[in-house]
Amino acid sequence: MNETQSDNCLDNKGISKLEQIDNIIDLYGGKPSNLIQILHVSQQIYGYLPLDVQQFIASKMKMHISEVSGVVSFYSFFSTKPRGEHTILICMGTACYVRGGKKLVDELRKQLSIEVGETTSDGKFSLEIARCIGACGLAPAMMIDKKVYKSVNPNRLKSILATY
Amino acid sequence: MVNLSINNKIIVASEDTTILKAAKDNGIMIPNLCYLEGVHEFGSCRICSVEVIGAKTLMVACMTKVKEGMVVYTHSSKVIKARKVLYELMLSDHAKACLSCNRNLSCELQKLGETLGIEGNRFETTSCRTQIDRSISITRDLSKCILCRRCITICNEVQGVGILNAQNRGFDTLISPTMDLPIGSVKCTYCGQCTVVCPTGALKETDSIEDVWKAINDPNIRVVFQTAPAVRIALGELFGYPVGTSVTGKMAAAIRALGVDDVFDTDWGADLTIMEEGMELLHRLTDFVSGKKTTLPMITSCSPGWIKYIESYYPEQIPNLSTCKSPHMMLGALAKSFYAESKGLDAKKMFVVSVMPCTAKKFECSREEMQNDGMMNVDAVLTTRELGSIIKQAGIDFVNLKDEKFDEPMGFSTGAADIFGLTGGVMEAALRTVYAILMGKNLPFDNLHIAPIVGLDKIKEATIKLEGVLPQYKKFEGIELRVAVTSGLSGAKILTEQIKNGTSPYHFIEIMGCPSGCICGGGQPRSHDPEVREKRMSILYKEDENKNLRQSHENPSIARFYELWGSPGCFKSHEYLHTHYFDRSK
Repeated sequence: MNETQSDNCLDNKGISKLEQIDNIIDLYGGKPSNLIQILHVSQQIYGYLPLDVQQFIASKMKMHISEVSGVVSFYSFFSTKPRGEHTILICMGTACYVRGGKKLVDELRKQLSIEVGETTSDGKFSLEIARCIGACGLAPAMMIDKKVYKSVNPNRLKSILATY
Repeated sequence: MVNLSINNKIIVASEDTTILKAAKDNGIMIPNLCYLEGVHEFGSCRICSVEVIGAKTLMVACMTKVKEGMVVYTHSSKVIKARKVLYELMLSDHAKACLSCNRNLSCELQKLGETLGIEGNRFETTSCRTQIDRSISITRDLSKCILCRRCITICNEVQGVGILNAQNRGFDTLISPTMDLPIGSVKCTYCGQCTVVCPTGALKETDSIEDVWKAINDPNIRVVFQTAPAVRIALGELFGYPVGTSVTGKMAAAIRALGVDDVFDTDWGADLTIMEEGMELLHRLTDFVSGKKTTLPMITSCSPGWIKYIESYYPEQIPNLSTCKSPHMMLGALAKSFYAESKGLDAKKMFVVSVMPCTAKKFECSREEMQNDGMMNVDAVLTTRELGSIIKQAGIDFVNLKDEKFDEPMGFSTGAADIFGLTGGVMEAALRTVYAILMGKNLPFDNLHIAPIVGLDKIKEATIKLEGVLPQYKKFEGIELRVAVTSGLSGAKILTEQIKNGTSPYHFIEIMGCPSGCICGGGQPRSHDPEVREKRMSILYKEDENKNLRQSHENPSIARFYELWGSPGCFKSHEYLHTHYFDRSK
C-alpha cells in the first residue's frame, strides 16, 4: 500500500469519503487483484467497511458484492462495524499465544467490558485479535493503532490504556 | 499422448487429460465429490486425492494433469486412509439427519460414504452452521452444507450473478450471500441452478407439496394441474427411466391419480403465448418498418429467472421485454376465467398448480400483479422433482400406469409448444408463426428447425430475409430479421449490455435464465449423465417432430378459444394475458 497516496486523499478535506475511495480504486486501476489494498485504504478513509461502502467498491470494480464481502469477512483486519478511536490488536500467533497472548485478551475483555471485535460504549477502544503480526521475538505483542508494545504483562495493561 | 501407469496398468492418455479422466476412461473409478466435469474442477473437496510416486503430497486427481512416466495409485492404503479421514472431517459438522432429509437416497455425500465404506464417526463436533434460510423459491439449510463450493461456481462463473460466495473464515465459513443476508433479501434471480448441483440437502427448492396436498384433500376445492414442456421429458428419470425418455402419458395419468380434477397442458399456454407474443412482435416491427417510435429488440418474457435478473440488474431495459405473461400464468389466468365461466365453476374455489422445471416460477406465481378478478392466476408451483416426490408419496405405481391424455379445452398443443422447453425453442416457435403470417408460407428451413439457433451454444444468432411478403405486409419486403438466442444469465448479460450500449443489431431476442433452457432448469431432476443436455434436447425436438401440427397458429383449440374470447392482443387479452414489470435494482 502506498502510504503517501492514501494520506494525500485523507488530507484533501474538500472531497467526500466515497469520492476519495473512488479515486483510490482508479489509482489501483480498478483491478480485482488489488482489492485487498483498496479495502485497506478504504477502511482508513471511512473508518470501517459497512455494507454500502462494500457495495460502492463492488459496483465500481465490477465485482459481485458477495466476493467483496467474502474478502472483508475473511480478514480480521477489516471491520464492518464502526471502530473506536483506538484499535487494540492482540497477537494470537503461535509465539504470542504460548507466551500469554490469550491472558491479555481475557484481561482486556474484563477491563473494557467488551468482546473481541467490539467497541467500548464511549467509542474509545476497539478490541481485535490477529493470527500473527510478524513480531514473534517480542511475544506476547500488542498493537494500539500503529504502536507496538512488546512482552506485555497483563498487569501493565491498565497503565498502557491510561496513556490514551 | 503420454504413457503412465495407474494401479500398475499401463495407460495411454492425451497430455491435457487429468488423472481422474484418464483413470475413468480406463475403467478405474476414483471417488470424487465436488467435481463437475467442465464446470467445477477446483479440487475443493480433496476426495479424489491419489498417490503419485515422487510427489511430496497426495495429489487431487481432478486437477492434476497426466505426465509421461507418471506412476499413480488410486486405492493404496495411504490413499484410502486419507480419503476416509477427509470424508469423516466433512461429516464432523454435517447435520447427519439423513432419514429426515429431502435428499435421503439421492444424496451424493451419503453415496460417497457407502463407496468409501465409512463406519463410525470419529470426529463428532457441534455443528458450525445451523441457519435455515427460507425464501419463496429456494431454501438453504446450512447445517447440511459441506463447503464444496459447487454452488459458488454455478452462481458466479456459469450464471455470472454472484449471489453466493464464501463468507468468513475457518470454522465460521458460510456459503452465503453478502454478510449472510437472507437470500430473499438480495438480488438472487431464483434460477435454482445451485439447487441442481448441491450434492447434499443444503440447497433445494422451497417445498410447496404440503399446500398442494391440502388443496387436493379439500373436497370443496377444484384442483387444476398443468405441466410445462420440459417436465414430461425429465420426470421419468426420477422413476428409473434413462435420460431422454418422454413420459407424457404416464405423467398425465399419475397427476389424475393424485385426485386432481383437471389436468391441463402448459403447452396449450405456450401456443397461446406465441399468438400473443407473435402479435406483439408484429406490432413492434410494423412500427419499426413504418418509421414510428418503438422499442427493439423485443425480448421474450417466459423465463422468470431472467425477468428477475433484468428487473434487478438492467431495469432501464425493461421496455424491451415482451409484456406477455409466461405460458403457465396465461393458462392459470384462463383456468379461473375462461374455463371456469364455460363450466359454471366457482373460480374462487379453484386451486391451480403448475408443475415446472423451475424454481423461479415459485416466485413468479406469488408476484402480486399476477392476479385477475382478485384471484392469483396460479396458486402453487411444484418443481419436476417435487412432482416426482408427490407421486411417490401417493403410492402411485408410475412405471405401470397406462398413458392418458390431457383434459380439454386446454390440453391440445402443437409441436411449437414442446420446444418452448429448450434454448432456441421459443424463438423458433414464434418465427414459425410470424413468418407464416407475413409470408403466407412456412419457414424455409429443413423440418421447420431454424438451424443456426438449434443447439446448446451460449449465444446463437440467425438472419431471416423476408422476400415475397404478402401484399398487406409489403412494408416488410426485403427486411432482414435479425434474431439472437441465449440461455444462462451470463449470456443474457452480454446481449443486454449490447442493448444498453446501443450496439445490439437484433430485432428479437430469446433469453432463458438457465443454461440450455428449461430442460436443465433449476427444478429438474439432478442428473449425472454427462450427456444430459443433449439427450433432453433431442427428445424434446422429437416430441415436436412427432406432432401433426407444429405451428401455434394451426392449433384448433387456440382458434376456438379466440372465437369465444377475442383476438390476440385485444383489450381482454391484455388484461388477462399480459403483465408489467418492476425496477428491483434498489
